[in-house]
Amino acid sequence: MRRGLRFAVGLVFLVAPSAGAAEPEAVTVGSKKFTESVILGEVAAQLAEAAGAQAKHRRELGGTRILWNALRGGELDVYPEYTGTLRGELFAGRELADAAALDAALAEEGIRASRPLGFNNTYVLGMVEARAEALGVRTISDLVRHPDLRFGFTDEFMKRGEGWPSLRREYRLPQGNVRGLDHDISYRGLDSGELDVIDLYSTDAEIDYYGLRALEDDRGHFPRYDAVFLWRADLEARAPAVVAALRGLEGRIPEAGMVAMNARAKIGGDAEGVIASEFVAATLGLTTDPHEAGLAERLLTTTLEHLRLVAISLLAAILVAIPLGILAARHAALAQPILGTVGVIQTIPALALLVLLMPLLAPLRSFGISSLGDPPAILALFLYSLLPIVRNTYAGLHDTSPSLRESAAALGLEPRARLRLIELPMASRTILAGVKTAAVINVGFATLGALVGAGGYGQPILSGIRLDDVGLILEGAVPAALLALAVQGVFELAERRLVPLGLRHDADH
Amino acid sequence: MLELRGVSRSFDGKPAVAGLDLDIPAGRTTALLGPSGCGKSTVLRLLIGLLEPDSGQVRFDGAAVRAGDAPEQIAQRRRMGYVIQDGGLFPHLDARGNMALLARHLGWEAARVEERVAALCELTHFPVDGLERFPGQLSGGQRQRVSLMRALMLDPDVLLLDEPLGALDPMIRSELQEDLRRVFAALGKTVVLVTHDIGEAGYLAEEIVLMRAGQIVQRGSLEALVRRPEAPFVSEFVKAQRSPLESLAAGEGEA
Repeated sequence: MRRGLRFAVGLVFLVAPSAGAAEPEAVTVGSKKFTESVILGEVAAQLAEAAGAQAKHRRELGGTRILWNALRGGELDVYPEYTGTLRGELFAGRELADAAALDAALAEEGIRASRPLGFNNTYVLGMVEARAEALGVRTISDLVRHPDLRFGFTDEFMKRGEGWPSLRREYRLPQGNVRGLDHDISYRGLDSGELDVIDLYSTDAEIDYYGLRALEDDRGHFPRYDAVFLWRADLEARAPAVVAALRGLEGRIPEAGMVAMNARAKIGGDAEGVIASEFVAATLGLTTDPHEAGLAERLLTTTLEHLRLVAISLLAAILVAIPLGILAARHAALAQPILGTVGVIQTIPALALLVLLMPLLAPLRSFGISSLGDPPAILALFLYSLLPIVRNTYAGLHDTSPSLRESAAALGLEPRARLRLIELPMASRTILAGVKTAAVINVGFATLGALVGAGGYGQPILSGIRLDDVGLILEGAVPAALLALAVQGVFELAERRLVPLGLRHDADH
Repeated sequence: MLELRGVSRSFDGKPAVAGLDLDIPAGRTTALLGPSGCGKSTVLRLLIGLLEPDSGQVRFDGAAVRAGDAPEQIAQRRRMGYVIQDGGLFPHLDARGNMALLARHLGWEAARVEERVAALCELTHFPVDGLERFPGQLSGGQRQRVSLMRALMLDPDVLLLDEPLGALDPMIRSELQEDLRRVFAALGKTVVLVTHDIGEAGYLAEEIVLMRAGQIVQRGSLEALVRRPEAPFVSEFVKAQRSPLESLAAGEGEA
């Protein structure tokens, strides 16, 4: 018990912000969970560091919304974005005809944007180079002359406003053989000759790898997705050198250069930090530190991050859920509301919960609680851990035999003493089973913490999925599975210490 | 000592006890006897405050007995010992833990607890090496001994027993009956015993209260019930429980 307490106190110190003089300006860079964004984020972080700032890169965050909210809330200072996403998604419904209008809209949010970095990562249609050459297809308009071509498009492209339905109308495309499929499969279909045309992004690494020709959008159908850096307006005062360095990249990354960098990461397996460092050296003549850690160091980092997420959220869940379970068992009127509420929480999809929690946490920023990283992840894990513990506490207490409860009352024990001396010990096995379930689920769910920048074993898993690198996926999945087993083992040991001898299966009956 | 005045109590609209008046004298053993559902256990549960009467009053030494967890009710319950069928022992505590639970909660010193436990073991013929066993590891008879010791731990003024031997086989039952009789005699406490067995009631109690459908039918000694039944139900109840051995013995006597 005392050891547990010391552990908890230790954890509090782990999460407490480290005090001390922060001489260089801290700059936090974010990136989305696809390779190009991670490379650009790495470039920005290294440039910021070279400009004298203390840079931190929160890589592979869960989606545009998370990054956008984090930037507005001040959790992030910089992240790479696309003009098409700004116009079509973040400012959807507003007519932002030109760069000036977009800048004005951003300024309303306290955000500034660089000029385009050079490449336009928009939708393109791709064909195998040799086949396109043989058919004489160079532009999308050329497809009209070949009505028998087989098309394979991602589901997203099939549905999106700017996708297939409007493209077909725009170019009057006659093809009827159009299938919706997954991105990875469509490349393979193209490679094996089962498909002739697929949709892809203009900077996809696969363009290089599979030797594809990107068909020219000669009618200008697809909106532009020019890459830009976004930063908070206050960064210009806080770290003008960093802003200057970011602006130094305007127009410096051509499409071919970005494709090559993506290919190095996705196909060559090079680390983003190294790619970014080499790019910065080649383009700007700056020497930067790629910050790529070895396997042991990465494992140590992710393990500590993961343990911290699990330990804090589980401890908090135990402290809240057991009293809730007691309350539900004691007062019949509260049982359904309590059990119902924790049950409903369990049905919220993890990513949705994380995105919902971030704005809820934003007002706590003045208390030093960030809405990115650990706090939303721990809060989500805490919420998910409630149900098994609440339900088992309730069930354990509710199922105590009425005659034993009466015996305790007849003995002259006060209600509190009955709970502490009789009812809780008798329910201990059930309660502990609930905690064990919560802990094992928690270890698994904690991998999702990486989506909001909390790190943990989810980080290598996210990278592995993004890079199609099984080794990297295993680097997160195997320790996560081992940790789940270890947690289970620890709780089985705890059961021996905590469950009264008379209630164990091995006692004679 | 204990009294019920016009006490009624129903469960789901069915009266278990109806307008009952009953005085339990101090220092004697009284048996509440009757068939299942006659209300005898309800009376016991009203006496210790596990149930609240719908109407009427229950008193212990002149003070009202009520259900609930008010401090005065808790204090009252500590002056009564309560033993139920199959013991009602807490499975997570060993025999000693069950006995000492309340005393420890009340802050008794370990030496005092041990002294009392030893004295009770001697009184009830419970083997000291069984104190470390859990209820699941004890025989039915031993469980009842532990339950009795637990009820006697604080040396209560009143001992209430609800079918204490109901779940035991005949050999153990008869052995425990003898022990109970000896213990009651040794302690001289006010004892109220609920049973459906007229032989057990006659053997253990000085006075029997025969009940039927929530009412008292007759009150008196075993002999009075057998020889001077005040209602046809009394004779029927007595006759129904006459054992084959008795009729055999009676037959031999006649021959």
